[in-house]
Amino acid sequence: MTALAGRHADKFPGKLKGNYGVALGFVFGAVALLVVAPAVLSDFRLSLLGRFVCYGIVAVGIGLAWGRGGMLTLGQGVFFGLGGYVMAMHLKLADAGPSGVPDFMRLYGSGQLPVWWEPFRSPVVTLLGVVLIPALVAFGLGAAIFRRRVRGAYFAILSQALAAAFAILLIGQQTTTGGTNGLNGFRSFFGFNLFDPVNKRMLFYIAAATLLVMLAIVWQLYRSRYGELLIAVRDQEERVRFLGYDPANIKIVAYVLAAAMAGIAGALFVPIVGIISPASVGVVPSIAFLIGVAIGGRATLFGPVLGAIVVAWAQTTLSESFPSFWTYFQGALLVLVVAFLPGGLSSVGLLLRRRRTAARTGEPPLPVPPFAADRPSPPEPDLSGIRAGSEPGR
Amino acid sequence: MDALFNQLVAGLSLGSVLLLAALGLSLTFGQMGVINMAHGEFMMAGAYTAFMVQGLIADAGIALLLAIPLGFLIGGLMGLILEITLIHRMYHRPLDTLLVTWGVALILQQAARDIFGAPNVDVRAPAWLSGSINIGVVAVPSARMFILVLAVAAVVGLSLLLKTTSLGRRIRGVVQNRDLAETVGISTRSTDRLTFFIGSGLAGIAGVAVTLLGSTGPTLGTNYIVDAFLVVVAGGIGQIKGAVIAAFGLGLLQATFEYSTTASIAKVTVFVVVVVFLQIRPQGIFTVRTRSLA
Amino acid sequence: MSHTVGDGSSSARAEGNACYRRPRGRLFSVVVFMAAAGLVLAGCGSRVGDSGGSSAQSCVDTSGDSVKIGFLNSLSGTMAISENTVHDALALGAEQINASGGVLGKRLEVVREDGASEPTVFAEKATKLIGSDCVAAVFGGWTSASRKAMLPVFEGANSLLFYPVQYEGLEASPNIFYTGATTNQQIIPGLDYLKEKGVKSLFLVGSDYVFPRTANKEIIAYAKANGIEVKGEEYAPLGHTEFATIVNKVKAAGAGAVFNTLNGDSNVAFFKEYRNAGLTPTAMPVMSVSIAEEEVGGIGVDNLVGQLTAWNYYQTIDTPVNNSFVQAFKAKYGQGRVTSDPMEAAYTSLFLWKAMVEKAQSFTTDDVKKAADGVSYEAPEGTVTVNGANHHIAKTALIGKVAPDGLIYTEWSSGAPVQPDPFLESYDWAKGLSG
Repeated sequence: MTALAGRHADKFPGKLKGNYGVALGFVFGAVALLVVAPAVLSDFRLSLLGRFVCYGIVAVGIGLAWGRGGMLTLGQGVFFGLGGYVMAMHLKLADAGPSGVPDFMRLYGSGQLPVWWEPFRSPVVTLLGVVLIPALVAFGLGAAIFRRRVRGAYFAILSQALAAAFAILLIGQQTTTGGTNGLNGFRSFFGFNLFDPVNKRMLFYIAAATLLVMLAIVWQLYRSRYGELLIAVRDQEERVRFLGYDPANIKIVAYVLAAAMAGIAGALFVPIVGIISPASVGVVPSIAFLIGVAIGGRATLFGPVLGAIVVAWAQTTLSESFPSFWTYFQGALLVLVVAFLPGGLSSVGLLLRRRRTAARTGEPPLPVPPFAADRPSPPEPDLSGIRAGSEPGR
Repeated sequence: MDALFNQLVAGLSLGSVLLLAALGLSLTFGQMGVINMAHGEFMMAGAYTAFMVQGLIADAGIALLLAIPLGFLIGGLMGLILEITLIHRMYHRPLDTLLVTWGVALILQQAARDIFGAPNVDVRAPAWLSGSINIGVVAVPSARMFILVLAVAAVVGLSLLLKTTSLGRRIRGVVQNRDLAETVGISTRSTDRLTFFIGSGLAGIAGVAVTLLGSTGPTLGTNYIVDAFLVVVAGGIGQIKGAVIAAFGLGLLQATFEYSTTASIAKVTVFVVVVVFLQIRPQGIFTVRTRSLA
Repeated sequence: MSHTVGDGSSSARAEGNACYRRPRGRLFSVVVFMAAAGLVLAGCGSRVGDSGGSSAQSCVDTSGDSVKIGFLNSLSGTMAISENTVHDALALGAEQINASGGVLGKRLEVVREDGASEPTVFAEKATKLIGSDCVAAVFGGWTSASRKAMLPVFEGANSLLFYPVQYEGLEASPNIFYTGATTNQQIIPGLDYLKEKGVKSLFLVGSDYVFPRTANKEIIAYAKANGIEVKGEEYAPLGHTEFATIVNKVKAAGAGAVFNTLNGDSNVAFFKEYRNAGLTPTAMPVMSVSIAEEEVGGIGVDNLVGQLTAWNYYQTIDTPVNNSFVQAFKAKYGQGRVTSDPMEAAYTSLFLWKAMVEKAQSFTTDDVKKAADGVSYEAPEGTVTVNGANHHIAKTALIGKVAPDGLIYTEWSSGAPVQPDPFLESYDWAKGLSG
């Protein structure tokens, strides 16, 4: 495994390398999120940023599963929704008081609380459920899917169908899940008044801190033996198998972690935004989660988060003034980045540096985007996780 | 008994719609490995073609018959442009084609909104397709009969193309072993382009057909895309007969469940059935042996 | 070696070398410290039950010669089709009010926001309109989900929302005025009409969401009390386009009429299938509550001619007020455009708010609410009056029939405005429906 280990980090240009660069990134991120943002942003903008931070947490998980593990998870909305609904159920029950029934059940349903709602009265069960339910579902699915060596496009399409089915199911069970209305109208969050601006700020701090913790966890993973195995599975699953590892287990771990992160993000999303509905969990939002990750740079540590936050921010500000233009812009950006710059915007610096180096040494410069993909040499990173040879039918 | 036959017809008819939507995908996804999320938007283009032709030709019947080849051409050309500009540089990254084509789909939908307006447009069915035909005890709506015939014709046409023509042999050769095909002098580039053209053209035909059943609007494609991919995945890649069996199987399944439960439950059940089925046969119903390890 | 996994350009590659692993502890402690510090800094908000806390302090500025109002409609996304029309009607209303001197002498300054067809965005943009733009009132929303998402925002900030679409009832927020119909102004008249025509049995078809489910619950209770048999109840997922099975069930059941609460695109597929299956308006009429003039074109007039709709407004209403409304609308947006019930309700909501403000002589939420009861306006649909108790408005119910020209003509009218009763408290058969 020494061959695998002897690589060098290239995240930061020039002298800043490896750990120091990442540590600097963490400090910068922490200062930006925990000090600068609360100081300069209005309550409204801060709560918006809180929502984007939730997307960022999902993006960290997607970066792990997709960028590092090669699993194109088109169904993260399911896990986001599971976490969100678990939290929302608790908030509804807490608002309804002891042995109370959420308002919408009295209006549209029988007024009886379904048995499976009951456990979420407890804050402890809720907090555990937020992490464990998505994780367990992901484990079950992952075990079934990866052990049968379903992968690549098949896995992507199955997870997309799952997101579609999950949304339909939620909509169909109106008396117990709120249907298309979803769950909303929360007044308190573990005893804290949700209408109080101070508490809304507190929620932002919690979300931002969670994001940093998730990033730290993922970074530790990337540096570990497991992180290397994950990349190995992404790039050459068969060879990892020959080395005596079970690729399915390696993939399941990443998939479960990504699901748990999406669940946590969903749970934070609920008090910040005040609503969770099938519109936030179906096929379209699931793909939307990927857009930021792809644009930011899927295999990097900070790329997915930055991409997710920036894209969401741009969407909110641009779609206000130019709803039609925004759709074109988003589509075009996705096309251009994925087709011509598979490493995402994080890789721009790298490509430019390569060119500079080439200019110094007198060799013809390596192509920069948008032509990078045309050149066969040096080998492009195979970021999709699928080599032509391992794709069925190719 | 009536109900049984009615549901049989409903299931076959739904199957034929799924088949039309999925047939092109079984080429582009099944044979080439491209996950084309814009396939639904090529259907939308076909549907708007039908609308445009009706604007030019008063007779709805002639307009429909004319729209079918035109829809094929428009869908095919859009696919060809997509292949030449984007897809061809991404054959070694099939998962990324999903995102790229999703971006293309977003753009095409918005373009349809800006060109034709956000509200649905009305594509009239010709007089000879409204009403129903009596077969034994059941009355089959003529429009559904027409789509069934169209789907069968498309399958037969495509099979003949693949089995008997030199183009078909080239396509199969490239699918089964790209390098060897290249070695024996087949131009894989032009074969890829043609395959993509035909696959996308079939989406155009499907688009014309579904105007007889549903709404014609910018989001038409999104209604079909997930189901169509499921059909191809369940059917197994690389073979048309897989798509045929999967389409009719899923159609009948959906109709059966829908009759005994509700449409929502039926849809969820069908998804679950496909997931479970792939547990048993991860490669779908049929698969072609290729030189890849998978 | 070209076989090493990936290469440098995938970046952010952590050092694999064991001796580089030491800084781990330090970084973790930094992060944990940051997180803890953040929480401590933040953890001083009010708990539930504390007095004060949420400040419903309004920042509406009425000192100048203009006052801000917000229009919050989906200009993008799936609902843009419908909500753009409402937005157009609102813009026309604001223009007319400004042309005639504004409200209390102040010009209306419209802040428009895009709800993007997502409930979360509606909640967010409502917060922005109230908190950052300081609007006096917000007009908009369409889906029940969007309204439910905005409700806590308006109640929390004590601001006003005018919601212009017919809906499922069972709601009366002190901060929302509902200018569309509630169920007893649309669905019950529809049933009364069918009963009057001698319909003995019904089949219920709807999209799978809150409005159809709630409406059908009420229809079933009504049918039970009035000796009408409900032969079936079917729901299609939103956006469903495959209606062969449902139409088969409708046909097999052979009911006297169909009550249709389908939404959007599904109507197109349903009516095409309905006609193809040989079902006609004379043999089995369909009463629809979500198809207005806007939708007729997309479904195809051929598929709809002779079918029934229940609303409170049609473009064809022949009164001077409506004629000038339709004329003004067409002059502004084009002769090809049509006007429909939700558009008229939105247009009316703007004038109702104006009347309330002028009666209160104030833009403050509490003053407007106090003045609301009994405020009346000669709307294109006829006279409407605000009910101060439940914030709905009394409006006349109209049953219409789709004509070959694509417009809907009144077939039956309740004659006088129907008092709004969102919880159906005045109907004996509805006892126990809402929990």
